[in-house]
Amino acid sequence: MKKLFRIMLLAGLVSLSACSSIEPWVKPYERANLSDPAMRFDRNPVSDAYIKHVHEAREGARGASGSSGGGCGCN
Amino acid sequence: MRQPNWHQLILSALLFAASASVAVAQVLPEDRADALYHSYSGDNIEITGPSILLRKKLTKDFSGYANLYIDSISSASIDVLSYASPYKEKRTEVSLGGDYLLGDTIVSGGYTHSDENDFNAQTAYIGISQDIFGGLTTVRMGYARGWDTVSQVGNATFEEDVDRRSYRLGVTQVVTKNLVMSFDFEGITDEGFLNNPYRQVRYRFDDPSVPDGYLWQPEVYPNTRTSSAFSLGGRYFVKPGSAIYANARLFDDTWGIGAWNAQAGYVYTTQRNWSFDLSYRYYTQTAADFYRDLFDYQDQQNFMARDKELSSFDSHSLRFAASCDIPVQSWGFVERGTASFTYDFMYFDYADFRDVVTGGPVGEEPLFNFSADVFQLYVSFWY
Repeated sequence: MKKLFRIMLLAGLVSLSACSSIEPWVKPYERANLSDPAMRFDRNPVSDAYIKHVHEAREGARGASGSSGGGCGCN
Repeated sequence: MRQPNWHQLILSALLFAASASVAVAQVLPEDRADALYHSYSGDNIEITGPSILLRKKLTKDFSGYANLYIDSISSASIDVLSYASPYKEKRTEVSLGGDYLLGDTIVSGGYTHSDENDFNAQTAYIGISQDIFGGLTTVRMGYARGWDTVSQVGNATFEEDVDRRSYRLGVTQVVTKNLVMSFDFEGITDEGFLNNPYRQVRYRFDDPSVPDGYLWQPEVYPNTRTSSAFSLGGRYFVKPGSAIYANARLFDDTWGIGAWNAQAGYVYTTQRNWSFDLSYRYYTQTAADFYRDLFDYQDQQNFMARDKELSSFDSHSLRFAASCDIPVQSWGFVERGTASFTYDFMYFDYADFRDVVTGGPVGEEPLFNFSADVFQLYVSFWY
């Protein structure tokens, strides 16, 4: 089972390397809209980090939101 | 015959994948400075303070940053009013880190130290970000490790440790020339003293000497917790300076908490470079297996919690943000500046956490809810 997993993993990685030669379907000269500041996921890093900290202090869920560590001031 | 070394084979395949990708080099984060003032007000808790970020390319392939963040807390929350006294405290957090650019790979690392009078946290992280498929896909991996020390005001002999580990995997994908999407996974494991040393649970106590009909005892949590969270987000270009965005997250953990949240918003920029952001966020969760608002008797279970963050509740958040350019033509090395204001209205509605301060027949007190106003005012400069 372990061997099968390794073979599948290696096959997946080799496939990935083969795919890397795929022609990009959005050409570099078509990416002007994507580079617009409004399209950035991290437009306001300080503000985003703060509001994520507020959510983490009030909610049971955590993670997958790029948050930082530290205490919560949540008593 | 010599057996193949699987680790070497996998590493070789990874390196081949990286080298075969079309070379569209990544770029380091922009040089910028941000100074933010934040204010949270809700459930008789006031938290204010600054956050200052400086980021600068120190060489052509290395960008470093430093962040100072302070919370000044004044609390008379429902938990505090139920069984303790209002208090004030201050938390100071310092973060240092950097990003190293290597072709179309960025290696990141950082360290955060957070200090308050009864809680000390240290977190170190390392991450790697790799562009593939001609820059259409970015794969991110990260690992963080945290070491916390929990103490208790008024109890000099109390000191406990928490060990935290976080594993992150993310993919950002250009889907069309107007749409970019991002997928993230994060698994977190904690081990150590995970409850708040001040928090209490209440249990029924039918005795004429106890008019409330209940008494309090300290919470007891498991000393391990493992959680996983998956999120999916996207941004769609509408016109220059304007975009629609949305994201959603699924969460569960070994304490029995299941949660999801979703957010949708719109960024709009006027011809005079005023930018507005309007969004709505919904969050809901189920309670931890060992949570109860009112236990039947003392020491009813081996694990007991009455922390409202572990209860069943919904929350709604509405955000309004505005920013405008600051004229910086005569400021020398500063290329651009903005001033921003953000307001979040949050409403929390608890399904099984009762308002014992308002009171009522034991176990039939009104369910608790509260709203919070969250303000941010900040300036940003690029240089």
